[in-house]
Amino acid sequence: MENTTKIGLNKTGIQMSPIDSKRLIQITQLTPPTLNLENNPTIMELRIQAVKESAQSIGSVPAPASLTGVVSTTLEKLSGNNPEILIDKLSERAAFERTGTRLYEALIAKAMGLNNLTSDQLAILYKIRDDEARHYRIVVDALESIGADPTAQTPCADLIAVASLGNVQVITDPRSTFAQSLNTLLTIELTDNAGWELLIDLADKLGHKQMVQSFRHALDQENLHLATIRDWLKQAVLEQA
Amino acid sequence: MTTISGLFDNKGTPLEKQQFTWKEIGGIKPISKLDDDAFTRVRIILMNGIEVDALRLKHIGARFHRDLRVPLAKIRRIEQHQNTMINWLLSADHSPLETTIAYEQTAIEITAAVAQTEPDAYQAQAYRFGLLEDFDHLYRYAALLDRLEGKDANNILQCYTDILPGRPTWLEHRAPEDDVRNSYNRKDAALITKLHAALITAAEYQTHDYYMNIGPLFADPVARQIYAEIASMEEQHVTQYGSLIDPEETFIEKWLIHEAMEVYTYYSCAQQETNPRIKAIWERFLDYELGHLNYVKEIMKKYERRDPAEILSGTIPSFVTFASQRDYVREVLTNEVDLRANKTEYVPREEESQDSINYKNYMNSEGNASLTASIGYKWLPGTELNNKAKGE
Repeated sequence: MENTTKIGLNKTGIQMSPIDSKRLIQITQLTPPTLNLENNPTIMELRIQAVKESAQSIGSVPAPASLTGVVSTTLEKLSGNNPEILIDKLSERAAFERTGTRLYEALIAKAMGLNNLTSDQLAILYKIRDDEARHYRIVVDALESIGADPTAQTPCADLIAVASLGNVQVITDPRSTFAQSLNTLLTIELTDNAGWELLIDLADKLGHKQMVQSFRHALDQENLHLATIRDWLKQAVLEQA
Repeated sequence: MTTISGLFDNKGTPLEKQQFTWKEIGGIKPISKLDDDAFTRVRIILMNGIEVDALRLKHIGARFHRDLRVPLAKIRRIEQHQNTMINWLLSADHSPLETTIAYEQTAIEITAAVAQTEPDAYQAQAYRFGLLEDFDHLYRYAALLDRLEGKDANNILQCYTDILPGRPTWLEHRAPEDDVRNSYNRKDAALITKLHAALITAAEYQTHDYYMNIGPLFADPVARQIYAEIASMEEQHVTQYGSLIDPEETFIEKWLIHEAMEVYTYYSCAQQETNPRIKAIWERFLDYELGHLNYVKEIMKKYERRDPAEILSGTIPSFVTFASQRDYVREVLTNEVDLRANKTEYVPREEESQDSINYKNYMNSEGNASLTASIGYKWLPGTELNNKAKGE
């Protein structure tokens, strides 16, 4: 595949069809837009109404074993008014790190297919991939330490995966370039960093000192990932320009 | 109108030589959403719809004919893989809503092309009637694409198709008895009339199934409601177009006509394809379909003691045209947008059946999302946010 973006026969814009586009624009200008009928909602009104009428949530956070009496020794470790918030955000991080691991695997395959990296650069990608997998297990440990089920998919875990789907589509598409994939990874790493920062604040507020410590270590590594991806992207784009 | 004859006399590729590998069908390189011509995508969507319908017809046939179960299974296996190879040509950077725009473009341009070469005046009227409804769907979906995803539908349409209101979608809903039309008569209908009915029914059926599959993928309540509404419209269209076909035809006769239609449409694709890699696929599958046609000809001789030539002889238009039908569509829009249906007839608005009026009034009584999405919508290049006059 090509690893650079080139001038070509992109047909999406109106400049590629000077005659047809003129006719299309002319008739559109001559045609009145759709008028609303009485009592029919606008998009905004329909969405507001749908939110009001929705008695549903995405789903729930499962009760930790400690609260159902199975692991009573960890009960005191769950503090705060709403322990489910911590469980939900931990599960979200776990889900994100798992997807992140898979995205780096896809990026490594792309780099190997393109043969565009040195062996040192490839080693950096493998290292980041392994970091992401390790971060996942750090969060699993944290969930287990408070008696929560690390295999459950909580609402935030579900939604972060929905949000990540586009990133998976971009990086696994054999046609996307290395730079285009890095661009997507940058959004991943920026989100990831902000996610760890929030998780540290949350664990700190709830007095989970050990979590804070291990999460800070993960954040340090994520900062390095972010810097690497940002630099590589900048280099790739500027080189092509 | 130029015509051809003898297309169906070729033997094509024998069944045993119609082979695929998984890599060939699932690993096929897709088209470029950005660089390929919109009509290449139109052909892909159309042929996908036809292959899905080929499977559908043959499954139904197998439920009624014990002796045909194995022959039908053999052809279906090949068509399943043709179908896959074609559908997998759509690249993954099409959002479901962008693909929807392409489906409606396919419906408009193909139905308009067919309506102009259809010799039976009543059948041509049916195509024009449905055309103005799909034309409206395109405008409503274009508004949704702009207002939901912030995208310009013309990036998909490439200026070939107008983005304007047609017969408003909320007025298209009819009572079932007002969607069933008169059929052609198998004994005296022209061959092209039979091919057209099979072709357009197949295309609309696939559009229905596509909307039913992707509708629930949307989170937005406006989008969910529009897909629910237009999927129901596509069911109405399948009812209308399917009813144009004579129910007195035997199953083998329908099978024969379907294979002939597949031959004719692949031939049309191969004649007009601009992407050489895709053209090679159309040519290969044209030969495959000739093989299928030849196979069913023998079945007709064996089981019905009939000569297939009694159905397949004669001339047909040189091909289904894949090109912008802008002028024709505008003319139909001007002249026929106010037509409605009353049982099997097309009538002026004031003569619409009361059953249909009651039905649509009830369905619309809690609001109509296709209207909601398009209030005040005028297509602009680069989306309606590109309105410099508003100074925003």
